Amino acid sequence: MTTSGKSRLYRRADVFLHGFLIAAIFITLAPFVYIALSSFKTQISLLMGQVTFTPTLLNYDEVLFDRTSDYLRNFTNSVIVTTISTLFVVTISFFAGYSLFRMRWPSYVVNTFLIWSMAFNLIPSVTLASAWYDLARTVGISNDYLALVLAHTTLHLPIALWLLASFFREIPRELEDAAYVDGAGFITLVRRVVAPLMAPGLVATAILIYVFSWNEFPVALALTNNETGTVPVAIAKYAQEEEIKYTQMAAASVLSAIPALIALLFGQRFIVRGLTAGAVK
Amino acid sequence: MPHFSPLGKYLSLLPALLVFALLALLPVINLLITSFHEVSWQAGTKQMEWVGLDNYADIPADPLFKAGVINTAIVVIFATSAQVIIGLALALGCSALGKKGRFYRPLIILPLLIPGIVIGAIWRLMYNSEFGVFNLILEAVGLTGHDWLGSSSTALASVIVVDIWHWTPFAFLLLLAAVESLPRDVSEAAKIDGATTWQEFRYVTLPLLYPAIFMTFLFRAVMASKIFDEVFLLTSGGPGTSTEVVSFTIFQRYFLQDNPGYGSALSVSIIFVVSVIIVIALNAGRSRELAQS
Repeated sequence: MTTSGKSRLYRRADVFLHGFLIAAIFITLAPFVYIALSSFKTQISLLMGQVTFTPTLLNYDEVLFDRTSDYLRNFTNSVIVTTISTLFVVTISFFAGYSLFRMRWPSYVVNTFLIWSMAFNLIPSVTLASAWYDLARTVGISNDYLALVLAHTTLHLPIALWLLASFFREIPRELEDAAYVDGAGFITLVRRVVAPLMAPGLVATAILIYVFSWNEFPVALALTNNETGTVPVAIAKYAQEEEIKYTQMAAASVLSAIPALIALLFGQRFIVRGLTAGAVK
Repeated sequence: MPHFSPLGKYLSLLPALLVFALLALLPVINLLITSFHEVSWQAGTKQMEWVGLDNYADIPADPLFKAGVINTAIVVIFATSAQVIIGLALALGCSALGKKGRFYRPLIILPLLIPGIVIGAIWRLMYNSEFGVFNLILEAVGLTGHDWLGSSSTALASVIVVDIWHWTPFAFLLLLAAVESLPRDVSEAAKIDGATTWQEFRYVTLPLLYPAIFMTFLFRAVMASKIFDEVFLLTSGGPGTSTEVVSFTIFQRYFLQDNPGYGSALSVSIIFVVSVIIVIALNAGRSRELAQS
């Protein structure tokens, strides 16, 4: 076979592969386009199944600013709960990870934590939701931000620990040793050496935990009420009404995807790194 | 090797230990205790009555639970298999294109980042029997539409399709990482020996990918067994019990019917069964590795 013939063959295979992947992208994106288009329709236009329509911002206006809509409050609740629990998770798992993987704990301590991290992911969060609901009710903090923040922290700490374990394994100990020999104390060491080296791992973990917490539904459903409900709880409520306001549900859905889109635009590398790190290594 | 004062060592682990003990272990132990009781709330105080194993004895006869277990198993088997197969095809395609394949990656993984509830909302609109996009297309080409979520023959399949669409990107990502870390010399050796593309895939690439495929399958199976959000929004377990899944059964029994004792017994049983399955699966994986080495 001549060189040109071979490259033509490769090119034909490439065209096939591009076609296959473009079809996959179409199937992936079409539902998002559909929901976005629906959010600019009037309810009547959607119910009539009209293909062409005049776009309107009415749904967004009603979802965000109508007096009967709680969506802005739900959005604020989600930002509060997600931000605080992500900060908790990243801070706690960073120090726990540093302690576990760098400070000579007996192996059974390290293993207990790692097995907990794994086993915890196997349990359906509905079962945990019931456990936390009971606890919150007994302590008297049910329907409080605190209950959901603590629950989300507990729910996502194992994943964060698992992720950070794989990142800790990759940074060389020699730098820490050198800094220690140069007389750096614990705080200087963490601030000047470990934290900067771990920055990519911490960013990846923070982005993923933020997205997980933002998306989390069963626990949020169990631990919140109208006042403290998060975005997924709000969207689920649309679907449960007698007469579903489909186009408003669509608008609320589009708005709910904002954090994910921001994360994907600016942190794609970190997301891919984070999602694969825990599983492959 | 730095030698820190024990204080730093203990203090940095303490917060995680507290979360573990107070917020993970304690609630689960509480769940176990509750599962032996009949719980009722009177004037804001909890009344617990010891009933022994009664709650557990009720489980086998629970029609929702029975349907839930069967449907969850169907979802796990079909959704997970499809995700691994499609994910593998996408990963091989993306990786074969080299740098040009990079462009597709962020677009493929988008569904992973969207709330499950929103995914449910999107597909509920698309499946709608009167104005959903599927029926509009069917009617446009002269066929009659179908009530996808409302008829018991297609409801579960419709839920499975949504799960496949939602989570294939996850299988894709894990398998892409595995494909890209394959040693190149082996496939080159196969090419030099005159292997066709199919032979190379069947006898070289695929066997090298078995561990990754197994891990992906396991990961996805665990996640699929917990399916809740999509079912909650699409069908709420109906029509009848045709899309009832285990997580939803627990939600119904514990929260909707406010039966914490029985709900806890269900939860504890699920935790137990899942642990047993995982131990078996991991052992099977290990013995397979041993047999191969």
